[in-house]
Amino acid sequence: MTGEQIVFLLVALFTLGSGFMVVTTRNLVHAALWLVSTLFGVAVTYALLNAPFLAVVQVVVYIGAIAILFIFAVMLTRKDMRDQGPQMNSNWWVGALLSVLTFIGLFFLLQGWNGLSKTAADIPSGFDSISELGNALVSPTAYVLPFEVASVLLVAALVGAVYVAFNRK
Amino acid sequence: MVPLSWYLIFAAALFSIGLFGVLSRRNAVAILLGIELMLNSVNINLAAFWRYGDVLQMAGQVFAIIVFAVAAAEVAVGLALVISVYRRRNTVVADEISMMKW
Repeated sequence: MTGEQIVFLLVALFTLGSGFMVVTTRNLVHAALWLVSTLFGVAVTYALLNAPFLAVVQVVVYIGAIAILFIFAVMLTRKDMRDQGPQMNSNWWVGALLSVLTFIGLFFLLQGWNGLSKTAADIPSGFDSISELGNALVSPTAYVLPFEVASVLLVAALVGAVYVAFNRK
Repeated sequence: MVPLSWYLIFAAALFSIGLFGVLSRRNAVAILLGIELMLNSVNINLAAFWRYGDVLQMAGQVFAIIVFAVAAAEVAVGLALVISVYRRRNTVVADEISMMKW
């Protein structure tokens, strides 16, 4: 077992454990903090996959913005997150069964695919994934249209969020 | 070198954990936390297929960035809805927000 495999297994275990805590912790502030550690594990996974831009964006956008937004939302709706009453609904075992079945289904679906044991080819020398990504995002022959649509979507979502959460009284 | 299957199984497990959170939590904010886990597992898949496929094709990373933007939009609107509902009905329990249930 190589060093990279050991690092991957440790990161994966850490991420899955944190993810499990996110969905089972009673206190929602703790759940949001466990989400931060899950997102950090995913960022390390991106770094292992030679995608440094995704790793940095994961830390800045997900941990820096989304997780903090979650903590704000938990605190603004505090009256209902007191640790009383069940945190799971009465059909939680159906959800558990369905998610285990989903995992088993995906596992067997992957087993039947022959590209599974593929290992990554070496990155070509002189290949800069960040500048390639930047070129692809603004090149008219590549992904400039989805990029612009995503920015319009963000503006619409921000306006909508302000409109929905605005207190008219 | 880590084989592709490890990343895919890791992502499938994270997706299932998120699915469990979405299906069984009562609090609406906790449901959104589960959705975040599911979106992250999809992003791991996209980045892994980029790395293990043709590195010169940036589609996987571009798609992952679009998913980031959509996740940010989704969480902004979702939490605004939760706060708005909390203001009017004084609850964030998904079972009790049933005024549109027929």
